[in-house]
Formats: sequence, structure tokens, C-alpha cells
Amino acid sequence: MPFRKFLEKQEKHFNKGGKLEKFAPFYEMVGTFFYQTSAVSTGKTAMRDALDLKRIMITVVLALLPCIIMMFYNTGYQANVAIAKLQAAGAAVPFTWREDLLLAIGIGFSPESLFANMIHGFLYFIPIYVTVVVIGGAWELLFATIRKHEINESFLVTSLLFPMVLPPTIPIWQAAMAISFGIVFGKEIFGGTGKNIVNPALFSRAFLFFAYPTSMSGDTIWYPISSLVVDGVSGATPLAAAKTTGVINISWWDAFIGIVPGSMGETSVIACLIGAVILVWTKIGSLRIMLSGIAGLAFTVLLFNVLGGDTNPFWSVGVHWHLVLGGFIFGIVFMATDPVSASVTKWGKVIHGFMIGMLTALVRLVNPGYPEGVMLSILFCNVTIPAIDYYFIKRNIKRREVRCAS
Amino acid sequence: MSKKIDNRQIFLDPIIKNNPIAVQILGICSVLAVTSQLKTSIVMGLAVIFVVSLSNLFVSLIRNYIPSSIRIIVEMTIIASLVIVADQLIQAFFFSVSKQLSVFVGLIITNCIVMGRAEAFAIKNSPYQSFLDGAGNAIGYALILVIMGAFRELFGAGKLLGYTVFTTVQDGGWYVPNGLLLLAPSGFFLIGVIIWIIQSRIVAKGKA
Repeated sequence: MPFRKFLEKQEKHFNKGGKLEKFAPFYEMVGTFFYQTSAVSTGKTAMRDALDLKRIMITVVLALLPCIIMMFYNTGYQANVAIAKLQAAGAAVPFTWREDLLLAIGIGFSPESLFANMIHGFLYFIPIYVTVVVIGGAWELLFATIRKHEINESFLVTSLLFPMVLPPTIPIWQAAMAISFGIVFGKEIFGGTGKNIVNPALFSRAFLFFAYPTSMSGDTIWYPISSLVVDGVSGATPLAAAKTTGVINISWWDAFIGIVPGSMGETSVIACLIGAVILVWTKIGSLRIMLSGIAGLAFTVLLFNVLGGDTNPFWSVGVHWHLVLGGFIFGIVFMATDPVSASVTKWGKVIHGFMIGMLTALVRLVNPGYPEGVMLSILFCNVTIPAIDYYFIKRNIKRREVRCAS
Repeated sequence: MSKKIDNRQIFLDPIIKNNPIAVQILGICSVLAVTSQLKTSIVMGLAVIFVVSLSNLFVSLIRNYIPSSIRIIVEMTIIASLVIVADQLIQAFFFSVSKQLSVFVGLIITNCIVMGRAEAFAIKNSPYQSFLDGAGNAIGYALILVIMGAFRELFGAGKLLGYTVFTTVQDGGWYVPNGLLLLAPSGFFLIGVIIWIIQSRIVAKGKA
């Protein structure tokens, strides 16, 4: 394999004393991305699981694929529907570079065409993704070079998850600021991959949520054509509408499949479920967290259904709606099960998931300020879970001591 | 004291090298609360300079007459009186600012820096040195306050001291204000960054 030979030839420059020694982490990253490392352990026997960090992260990316496909389709579909509505209303459609490009290459924007929708969605996603990868990657590289760490694939997942939980209209510079903040304060100051106490992708989103609430609020539908409000195009997201009026203006199946407006990658429940199956099957995501999360949400919603009375129409909305609206399933499948920031003990996981579900439902049902509570409840549980884990680990140690003594 | 500490050092050290906030990590709570605007930060800083330098001076003046068993109560009395004076002065001359500062001027009394300097320095050093030490520490505190207040007001609202620097989008300009900086948690991040810089640039070098 000539490419491998080429890589190995370059290695001497990056070794100690080589002229490019400082960039060793970068070489390491490129090299191990393509090939298994040829380095073997010296000294006492050491065994390594083939499921290393790299395989874990790549599996997560694979699990995300259905969501990514749905993201392209749905983002483009929503944009094309809005354009069609504007044209039907006789309003001028202020074209951005995306629409110009689509016209120039002859794809157009018919909401019926699968291909046109996918391409349009792709054009929304790609500038944000490239920005996030370049800016976030630069921070990773900087810290890895200074600390002489290896760069690893966890950023691959973070950089993919983060744009998926953003609205498509997010300004590029805001995404860049948020990922810088998330990588530096959410991860690197704690020591980098494996030591972060919160999920860096969600942490970046939380930064945007509080810093620039107007681009993130989630209570109005994003407009593919910004600052334009026409009857039939404007409106609240399904979740926010349900919250204020108790009326849900979309069909359950649309919400389940994900043909509803929302953050780019989190609308489709079915795509998330396919991802969940992959994660659980490969034992990377914890089924315990996912199921107890759903149980926590269902429990709280049922409680409000039964005891809530009729003061708030949203309190009588059933569990099946809460599961498909907003980003709960995406959050519990991909964010809450992040192996670094999630609980590690058996019962800790149950409590972790249950707390996320319960808090999400409480924010949705009781808090008048935020329509969606998944992000905040996952972050909150990230922070509280070490204490809970500590208790269970102590309890296990004590139990074993008792067993040994008897 | 075996070694005579030079007065200059007493005054200058706590301003950056031994900064009460960034190095001693004292008095964080008021920093989070009052620094969302530059004006409140400056007034708060001045109030603390007034209280700490004078309380150190007075405690030091009577240090040989205070029985050590009740020294904390005596120190508290002095500090509390000074805080009330500062509070009344601010209410008299900067009424609108005193509204914004609300309880935090009164809470200077609970600020660890005041009590800490009285206990750690003023109770065993001469009045002049104690005054310098108090002033130095309070100026170090005020410095951080002003840096944070300026940063938070400038990037959080596009203004400095209430005057527009960056015209915000709402007023037809280009600057999109960062709402996070107006919330208290941003104070933690900023203090963290300041501590990071001071610890890695100045303290670490001093030790080496």
C-alpha cells in the first residue's frame, strides 16, 4: 500500500528530534485515522480491546447516519415548502446564495422532489459544519500540541452532533463562537477527551441559548428566508404552539418521521431509534439510560395528565406526543448516553435517565420561559451525576466488604 | 517580624501578584453580582477601597488594646461602621447606582477580603503598613471588578458607562449583543479566565 508507506516514511520527521516534532499529534491523528497503529507495547504483556476510542466514535457516527440523512431531507423540505408558500402568496422570495446556486445548477426547489430537498438541506448544513470542524479542530489541535496529547475522534462526534442541534438559520459566526466556547470551557479546561464533565456539543448549544437567545429560542419556526413574515409561513414550532394553546397543528406521524420544523438533525424520531438500536447493539450507548429516560418523561407527563386539572391545556397532552415533539429522543439517545459524561454505575444510570426525563417534562409543562428542556436537563444531570455515582460506588464497596467479612 | 517588608511591596504585591480575587480567591460572590455594568463595578470598587483601607488602619491603631478573645467582634464593629458610612455616601451621591447595587454594598461586611486582611495583617502590623496593605488589596479587587465590568458591559450590551460603543442590532447597528455576559454565570467564566491568565503568566513565573 503506497499510501501507508508514504505515511511511515514521514514518521521520522515527527519523532523526537525531528524537525516537525511539535506536530506529532497531528501526524498521529492522520496516521491512525487510516490505519491501525503499528506501534506495539513493550515490556509486560498488555492486551487491548479492539473497541478503542476510535472505533467507539466511528460507531456513533454510523449511528448518526439515519439522522443525518433525515436532516438533509427535512431541512431542505421545510425550506422548499416555505418558498413554495411564498410564491403561491405572490410575495417576492429574497434569494440567498443557496437559492441562486440551486437555480444555477438547475435543481430548483420543488418540495416534491426528494433530490432537490436533500441538496437544499445539504447547503444549509455544510457551511455550519465546515465552520464548526475548522474552528473547533483548531482549538483541539492547539491544546493537543501544547499538552502533547493525541488528537482523537471524539471531536468528530462533537462536531457532528453540534450542528444537528442548531437551527438551520444560525449565523455562522455564532456557531464558531459557540464551538470555541464549548471545546475550551466544556472540555479542554477539564483536561480534554475523557475528562469533560459535560457534553461539549450541548454545552456549546447552551452557550448560544443564553448568549443569543433570539437565534436559538425555539419558540418560532426558523424562516429559510430570514426576517420575512407572511401568513402561512410564520408560526410557532409545534412544541411551543402546543404549550401555549394545547393544540397540536401537525400529525403524529409527521412528527414521528420528522417532517416538522425544528433544529436541523433532531426532528426525526424514527432515525433516532435506528441510531439507538445500533448504539445499544454495539453496547456503546446505554439502554438503561434511554429506557429510564423515557420512563421518567412518561411518569411525569402521566402525573400531570391525571392530576393537573384543566388550568393549562398543555397538561392534558399525552405521553405519545411528548415523545415525538422537540428533541427529547435525540437527546436521550445521543446526548445523554455520551460515555464520558453519563453515569457509570448500574443504578446511577437508571437515576440519571429518569432525572433527565422528569426534568425535561417539568420544564416543558411548568416553566413558562423555555419551550424545550432537554438540553438543560441533560446538562444538569451531567453535573450532578458524579455525586450519585460516588454514592453507588461507595455502596458497592461496602456491600462487598460485608460479603467478604461473612 | 524577622525580615522587614518594604512598604512598596506591601502595597503593590496584592494588586496583581497576590491579587485577592485571582490568587487568594476571596470575595468572588460580589464580583459575580455587581459587574454586569462598568459603573456599578467602579462604585463598588471605590466602596471596597474605602472600607478595607480604613478598617485596616483603625484595627491596626487599636490592635494593642484589643483582647484577642473578642478581637473578631471589635473588628466587625469597625468594619460594619465603615460599611454603613460607605452605603450612606453612595445613597446620597449616586442614588441610581445604589439602587442597582442594592444589598451588595451592605454585604461588603461579609466580603472575605475585609475580614481577612484585618485578621491576617492589620492585627499585627503598624497602622501605616496596614493601611497600605488594605489599599493594595482593595485596589487589586477593584481592578478585577473594573476589567470584568468593562468586558461584560461592552460585549453584553455594546456600551461603556452607559454610552454606546457598538451600536446594537436593535438600534439599527451591526453589533449583536451577547446576552450570556449579562447573566451571572458569565462572571464565573471571566473570573476563571482571569485566574488562568494571572496564575500561568505571573504567579507561575514568580515561583520559577
